[in-house]
Amino acid sequence: MHAIWVISKREFNSFFDSLVSYIFIVVFLGIGGFFTWLFGSDIFLIGQATLQPFFSIAYFTLFFFIPALTMRMLAEEKRIGTIELLLTKAVSDWQVIIGKFLACLILISVALVLTLPYYFTVWALGPIDHGAVWCGYFGMILMSMAYIAIGLFASSITNNQIVSFLLALFIGVFFLIIFDVLAGSFTGTFGQLLNFLSMSTHFDSISRGVIDSRDIIYFFSITFLGLMLAETSLSKRNIVE
Amino acid sequence: MSIVVNNLTKKFGSQRAVDNISFEVKTGEILGFLGPNGAGKTTTMKILTCYMAPSDGDAKVNDLSILEFQEEIKKKIGYLPENNPLYHDMPVLDYLKFVADLQGVQNDKIQNRIAEMVYVCGLNVEKHKKIGELSKGFRQRVGLAQAMIHDPEILILDEPTTGLDPNQIVEIRKLIKEIGKQKTVILSTHILPEVEATCDRILIINKGKIVADGTSDMLRKRARGEEMVRVQIRDFENKDIVVNALKGLDSVAIVDFVKESPDSFLVTSKENQNSRKDIFKLCVQKNWVLTEMTPIETKLEDIFRELTTN
Repeated sequence: MHAIWVISKREFNSFFDSLVSYIFIVVFLGIGGFFTWLFGSDIFLIGQATLQPFFSIAYFTLFFFIPALTMRMLAEEKRIGTIELLLTKAVSDWQVIIGKFLACLILISVALVLTLPYYFTVWALGPIDHGAVWCGYFGMILMSMAYIAIGLFASSITNNQIVSFLLALFIGVFFLIIFDVLAGSFTGTFGQLLNFLSMSTHFDSISRGVIDSRDIIYFFSITFLGLMLAETSLSKRNIVE
Repeated sequence: MSIVVNNLTKKFGSQRAVDNISFEVKTGEILGFLGPNGAGKTTTMKILTCYMAPSDGDAKVNDLSILEFQEEIKKKIGYLPENNPLYHDMPVLDYLKFVADLQGVQNDKIQNRIAEMVYVCGLNVEKHKKIGELSKGFRQRVGLAQAMIHDPEILILDEPTTGLDPNQIVEIRKLIKEIGKQKTVILSTHILPEVEATCDRILIINKGKIVADGTSDMLRKRARGEEMVRVQIRDFENKDIVVNALKGLDSVAIVDFVKESPDSFLVTSKENQNSRKDIFKLCVQKNWVLTEMTPIETKLEDIFRELTTN
């Protein structure tokens, strides 16, 4: 546990050592705010005290930004060789993966906490469904977990950051759009399966304020699968043929 | 803390990077790992530090197998990998604290350990800089400092002196010798004088196999057949007389001329005999002036070349 925390702390600090975290937070808040308050189907257009516009835009920005945060986490360490240094310390592969996962999740949580003023402002404007808002935030965290795990996996199989970024986007886009689109053109069990795989199905119901165990299991499964694949690909150096 | 390696093999595809090697390192021993590029030095080190699993065989660190007790072993080993990878965006002190934390150094001891490492590795001037801003020599010192921060009982150093200037090399060697008094040290290098200067024992490996194992004196003795001396004699009338007189000595086998200097000769003694005394006496007797008599040692380079080519 201690090792996980030490690794997280270093990763988290390294976000702030480079400009990555500042750019991420500023752009995330900027885009979120712009579409929530000023443009498109913003709050004033809908005429309801709801954070739904924010959540639906954050749904896309996180999809895009999380791979940018995770792309260097393992790929860069593998490229410059520090992974060897790290793994010959008293830590296991799992601790490294979980440590990095948590660092990224904490950064996203910080960004989400910084959007709380939106919540309070909307609250001041009219009667807001508090349950739906908190569920929305909860859904954001769950979704981020899934994307981070996918990003870490993408980062673990290459030592090129760009490849890692594009691969994470490529995998992510299936969950974001492709399964959803395909689900529309299939019927029966296969259609249902695709519908279940689509992230929007699960995220929409959570952000409406309905927490279903199926949705939670869905996000946790993707997270676990991603992390497990990342761990496997990291530890494949140990494979004995 | 001892290391016992038993029939260790590591295959990469069909290539055997490490081929069935066995050796032992005792506590307080400095073992030099010598071999040409691609001989399997680094791979062996990676296996011993539990970075990679071996394809076959086992190694025991203090009777704990590397196949099972990786966490415990990693805590006891300090490792400086090849090319010294470091987080370039971290300041030196933060980095040392990170490693100390990771290796489970107790919180109240961390500052002490860092201060000691900064002192021992001579990092005081540069300690607030980011690692990426340091010169190669200082990065190497940071690499050494991080390897030793948790006071490990075993140090494994992969080419510890690459990129250092001659002064630093001498310092680092001194440091390794100092550490080697109480700890077990394995270092790899292809700089031969380095092994001679620092190591108690030398292990030469080639193509994944151990080709020589012993102290540098033992290796020399093994490689050298007969004693050879270079002799310079002045004030003689005729070269041939000198050569014949030298050849006439009981202990001398062969006498050769030296091209560059007309009054020097290479004298090879017969097996297990020493000719230096006889040569001196001969010169006294004939009234020749003996200006030079140098035993020609087989260099470690020659042994190395002999063992690792073919």
